[in-house]
Amino acid sequence: MHSQIDKTGIRIGMWLFLYSEIILFGGLFVLYAAYFHRYPEYFADGGKELNRIIGSANTLVLLISSFTVAASITAIQRNAKKKAVGFLLFSLLCGVIFLVNKYFEWGAKIHHDIYPNSETLVNGEPGISIFFSLYYVITGLHGLHVIIGMVLLSVSLVCILSGKVTAERFSLLDNSGLYWHLVDLIWIFVFPLFYLVL
Amino acid sequence: MTETQSFYTISAPPGMHGIKAWLLTHDHKRLGLMYLAAVLFWFFVALFLGLMLRTELMSQGKTIMEPELYNSVFTLHGVIMVFLFVIPAIPAIFGNFLLPIQLGTDDVFFPRLNLFSWYLFMFGGLFALISLFWGEGFPDTGWTFYVPFSVEVDTNVGLTVTAAFILGMSSMLTGLNFVTTFHRKRHKDMGLMQIPLFTWSLYATAWVQILATPVISITFVLVILERFLSIGLFDPDKGGDPLLYQHLFWMYSHPAVYIMILPGMGVISEIIPVFSRKSIFGYKAIVWSSMGIAVAGSLVWAHHMYTSGMSDVSVFIFSLLTFLVAIPSAVKVFSWVATMYKGSIEMTPPLLLSLIFIYLFSVGGLTGLVLGAVGPDIHVHDTHFVVSHFHFVMFGGTGFAFFAALHFWWPKMFGIMYKFKYAYVGSILAGIGFLFHYVPMLILGMQGMPRRYYDYLPQYETGNFLAGIGAYIMCLGIVIMFVNLALSFRKRVVAPADPWGGTTLEWKVPSPPPVHNFIEDPILPDFPYDFSGITDSVTENTDERV
Amino acid sequence: MEKQEEHHILSYKKLAMVLATLVVLTGITVGVSYVDLGFFNVPVALAIACIKVTFVLLFFMHLKYEGPVIYLSFISTVTFLIIMIGFTFFDVAFR
Repeated sequence: MHSQIDKTGIRIGMWLFLYSEIILFGGLFVLYAAYFHRYPEYFADGGKELNRIIGSANTLVLLISSFTVAASITAIQRNAKKKAVGFLLFSLLCGVIFLVNKYFEWGAKIHHDIYPNSETLVNGEPGISIFFSLYYVITGLHGLHVIIGMVLLSVSLVCILSGKVTAERFSLLDNSGLYWHLVDLIWIFVFPLFYLVL
Repeated sequence: MTETQSFYTISAPPGMHGIKAWLLTHDHKRLGLMYLAAVLFWFFVALFLGLMLRTELMSQGKTIMEPELYNSVFTLHGVIMVFLFVIPAIPAIFGNFLLPIQLGTDDVFFPRLNLFSWYLFMFGGLFALISLFWGEGFPDTGWTFYVPFSVEVDTNVGLTVTAAFILGMSSMLTGLNFVTTFHRKRHKDMGLMQIPLFTWSLYATAWVQILATPVISITFVLVILERFLSIGLFDPDKGGDPLLYQHLFWMYSHPAVYIMILPGMGVISEIIPVFSRKSIFGYKAIVWSSMGIAVAGSLVWAHHMYTSGMSDVSVFIFSLLTFLVAIPSAVKVFSWVATMYKGSIEMTPPLLLSLIFIYLFSVGGLTGLVLGAVGPDIHVHDTHFVVSHFHFVMFGGTGFAFFAALHFWWPKMFGIMYKFKYAYVGSILAGIGFLFHYVPMLILGMQGMPRRYYDYLPQYETGNFLAGIGAYIMCLGIVIMFVNLALSFRKRVVAPADPWGGTTLEWKVPSPPPVHNFIEDPILPDFPYDFSGITDSVTENTDERV
Repeated sequence: MEKQEEHHILSYKKLAMVLATLVVLTGITVGVSYVDLGFFNVPVALAIACIKVTFVLLFFMHLKYEGPVIYLSFISTVTFLIIMIGFTFFDVAFR
């Protein structure tokens, strides 16, 4: 009935999807809240085991990548295709850095026998075990979302290069951007809840 | 309108033929019918399983199956009925078919996503089927998958919760599609208070689908992680709390109850005014009560957990909040009855089924108050009383609303009329059978017969036997109903565009509708339930020709 | 159908300023975490996180320039999340 693309409608659809993602993590935050209430001291102890430097670095990396994604949307709207591609490539690089950091962080923890159902955790305090179970589940799910976000950004990148995403039709990039910001958004909460609990 | 222009003959996107035109379609109407086929298949499977359960319980000791099989069968009955019938039935079938037409537009906002949802639905069903025959067999946990049992048991819990996860995603995406369609594709002249009530109820439902479904998704992910990695989040040995599983589970599954009933209420709100030839009483009250139910329904989940050992404060607050839900539901029942008051009532099968709905739903709602109050609930918790209560709501409510919708929109969907006589016979048998089936269960529950038990004490035998008889009568009624509908294909009696004298937009287009729903821009009435122009009675239009 | 909103174009400068704010706030939240505020440890950390999230939402995610459908529904989602966590505490806090 109407041939014009309804960008606002597409964005509404994407936001609705993001709500479901927020609630998906929300279920885990319910568990975090309840267990934090039960084991505050152990959560503080567990938090001290995590590396604040890596955590802060990852926060900065995600914030910067969020900025570059937003900037690439500005660029495409201004028809600066090369700039948009550059910004996106940089965002993808940030994503890779984040995941590499995460890999070393998890690796170090697993090396110290701290992972779900490990000897140390099973024989140690229940509060610590719960803290690390939550840590692995939440950061794991978050990491999965980083990967999905990177796939979406890569697809957008290819579409910019092949001319499918343009200044008039950039909903794909817009939505991938929204998804990427959501990943950042969740990390903004994950960071203080795990790395900075006292 | 000639047959050649209907959506059956022209595919969307154009140029596809045969089975491909169905499997790759973007047409919301075809998808609605594809959901109908899949959902009916599962409905009859689960109906048969339910009948087998009642047959087993008709006499003490072993009647037809072993205890282990019984446990699997009641789980399977619950899982199929909840995830593959009651939740998708009305939104996915009638919502898909009618929502765009009622909004005066050509399709949903994301047609390809709509097709994807259907595939997810089929895929989820396939997973459930595979889990039946693979490995240790179907779970015997009940559809609630409570930990710690669901984590420790050997049966295929992992695969089954994966199926439920996929089905949840399908339902969530349908909701997403409906909300976007509602906001962005509504006819430009249609104001918020001119939208048909069925569409309003779907809108309220869609919100619950979007916001509540992810909770169950993550809960099931945790169950799977718990099974394979023993993360210990619900394991008391490792500091976990099994009650939090119940919180998360009901955080979705209680709102899901409203995903089930709200569209049913929407169907009834459409049918009652049409056959009363009278504008719906309290249009705005019904709209607000739909939204009110969606909101209030999200606040009451822990009333399933009074006896689980949660805090007394929580028991008190959730009991209080539970009573709040009764208010919007009662507003609706009141409005339906008030609509019929002094109306020019025309009896038809859809109206009869709607009346049965109102009666059964009211019983379900009132027994719900018994359970919502803490004192009586502790007495009847986990007994047959609970089973009977939620069947009154789920089956007597949503199930009969589904039958009513099927009889109401059958001429629109297929362009043919069915025989009223057998529809009446089927409905009445189903209604009477229903009462014979579930009223004894209410009494058994009060006497203390627990749910999900394979065997029972001698004093419960009479009640269980009667319930079994009722189940057979009910199933006979349902079979007659569907055979009658199926026979309408054999002796095709062509239905006019508006066989009932309805006023909403779907009755302004031919039956079955053309591929893009409207040939020309529809003219919108100021109010969707204005019957001043309708003079024909239903019988003149149809019954004589049948 | 509701009207088509114009997609607002944010300047690089504005985006960079938002990023600077976010980085400063991250610095503050890390700094504060070394000070023991007793009961206020968690509320302060969460408050800073909420401010950061608000900036991301309003500017990076363009929420400031969206129509009522999106921001009202976003508020509903957050409300539901708060209910999920809050109402669970009727149980866990009083057990």
